[in-house]
Amino acid sequence: MIHDATIERLYRQHSRRVLATLIRLLGDFELAEEALQEAFVAAVQQWPSQGVPEHPAAWLIRTGQRRGIDQIRRRQTSRQHAHLVAPEEPAASLDERSIQHDPLRLLFTCCHPGLALDERVALTLREMCGLTTEQVARALLQRPATLAQRIVRAKRRIRDAGIPYEVPDAWELPGRLPAVLRVIYLVFNEGYSQSAGDALVDVSLSVEAMELAQALARLLPEGEVYGLLALMWLHDARREARQGPGGELVPLEEQDRGRWDRRRIRDGMAHLRQALALTPTGPYTLQASIAAEHVRASSAEATDWGRIVMLYEALHRQQPSPVIALNRAAAVAMRDGPEAGLRLLEALEAHKAIVNYHLFHAARADLHRRAGHPREARLAYERALALTSQEPERRFLQRRLAELATSS
Amino acid sequence: MKYAALVYYQERLIQAMNEQEWHDLNQECLAGVERLTGQGHFLAGQALQPVENAASVRVRDGEVLISDGPFAETKEQLAGFYLLDARDLNEALQLASRIPPARFGTIEVRPVRELPPRDTGDAT
Repeated sequence: MIHDATIERLYRQHSRRVLATLIRLLGDFELAEEALQEAFVAAVQQWPSQGVPEHPAAWLIRTGQRRGIDQIRRRQTSRQHAHLVAPEEPAASLDERSIQHDPLRLLFTCCHPGLALDERVALTLREMCGLTTEQVARALLQRPATLAQRIVRAKRRIRDAGIPYEVPDAWELPGRLPAVLRVIYLVFNEGYSQSAGDALVDVSLSVEAMELAQALARLLPEGEVYGLLALMWLHDARREARQGPGGELVPLEEQDRGRWDRRRIRDGMAHLRQALALTPTGPYTLQASIAAEHVRASSAEATDWGRIVMLYEALHRQQPSPVIALNRAAAVAMRDGPEAGLRLLEALEAHKAIVNYHLFHAARADLHRRAGHPREARLAYERALALTSQEPERRFLQRRLAELATSS
Repeated sequence: MKYAALVYYQERLIQAMNEQEWHDLNQECLAGVERLTGQGHFLAGQALQPVENAASVRVRDGEVLISDGPFAETKEQLAGFYLLDARDLNEALQLASRIPPARFGTIEVRPVRELPPRDTGDAT
C-alpha cells in the first residue's frame, strides 16, 4: 500500500528533474507542467495497486510525455497552440545523458540573458527550486499576483523569443555562466540580508541558492561555480554572528568569531581550493578569497589587510564597479588608516549611483568616526539611515548615532 | 491550495448566441470540468442563472432589506464559479485560462480564505 506521503516524497524527489526533461521532450513549459501533473495523478492511481516502478523518474517521464503528446494532438487545431508540434518518436530522446543534463538546460533557460533579471529570479525559484508562486512572493516580499504575472510573462518571452532549451556549448559558456551565477548569488543575498525570525517567510532563499549551486557544480564543475560555492559557504558561516541580540547588524570587526560556523568554513575553504585549481580566476573566486582572509584571521587587527587590498584591486580590474571601489577603500583604510580611505571615497562621489547607496555613507561615517570627526560622522550616518529600509541595518546605524551622541 | 475561479462575462453576448453556439459552449464547459476532475483539480463549481434572477439581501439596523437584481451593476456579470485545487497561483491561472468563457469574458482567480477553527467551549 502506498500512502500519500510516499507520493509526496517522490514528488519532491523527482518532480523538478521530470519537469526539466518533459520541457525538452514537449517543447513547452506550460504543457510540460500539465503533463507532469497528469503523470503524478496516474501514479497516485496506479502505484498503490501495481507497486512503485523500479525507476519512478523514467516512468513519470514516459507517462508525462504520452499525456503531453495526447494534449498536443487534441489542441493542434487551435491556432493558439500552433507552435506545438507532436514529436513523432516518443522513445527516441530518452537517453540517459540527455536526461542528466535537463536540469542544467532548465537552469540556463530560466537565467537566459533575454529575460529581465527579476523574471530570471522568479522563474528559477519556481521552476528549478520547486517553490510555489506564493512562497516565492513571500520570500521576495512581493504580491503573489505581481509575481504570478512575472512568471507568465517570462514563459511567454521564452516561447515568443524562441529562447533555446539547451546548455550552451563550451565556447559560449564563459559568456553565459555569469548570468546563471548572478541569479544564484542574488537569491542567496536576498535570503542573507533578510532579518532572521520572520515568521512569514517559510523558505530560506539562502538554502535554496546553496543547493542550486551544489547541483550546478555536480553538472558543470567550472572554477567560478566553485568560487560561488566558496563565497556563499564562507558568508553563511558568519550568519549567526552577524546579528546582535536586538536584531541589529553586527559589523565584521565586532563579530564574535567564536560563533562562526567552523564546519561551514572548512567546507567553504575546500570549495575555494577547488576553484583556485581551475583557472582563470574569476570574480566569485576573488570575492571568496577575500572572505577566506577574513575567516583566517583571529581578529580584525590580525587580518592581512594588505592582501585584501590586493584582491580587491584584482577584482576591480575585472569588474570596475563603484561598489568594489568602495570595498577597496574600506580595506585601504584598515591598512593605512581612515584618512587614506576617506580620500579614496571622496573620489567616488562623482558616481551618481553610489551616492544613493546607503553603504557608501555608512562607510564614510565609519571612517569619519574613526578619524575623530564626530560631526561629519553624524551627518553621514543620518544620510545612510535615510537611504535604507532594511531593519537590521537601520538598528546598527541608530546604535552608532547614539554612541556618537554620548561620546561627544 | 484552493482557488476560486470566478467567471464573468457580458450576458448580452450569451443572449446573442444561437442555440447551436450555446449548446457547443455548454458541452465545451462540461468537457473542461471532466478534464479538471480527471486531473484532480476540480473540487466544486456551478454555473449561475442570469442576473435577472438574482436577488440581494442585506440587514441594516436589524432590518432585512431585499432588492432584486445583483449587488453591483457591472459591465460583466458573474456567470459561475469553479473551486480548484492547484499547486500555486500560477497553476490556478493556467487552469483558469482554459475555462471556455475566458475567451470572451474574465476569470477572476482568488485564493480561498480558510476560516479559523470553530471556537470550542462556550458555543450554545
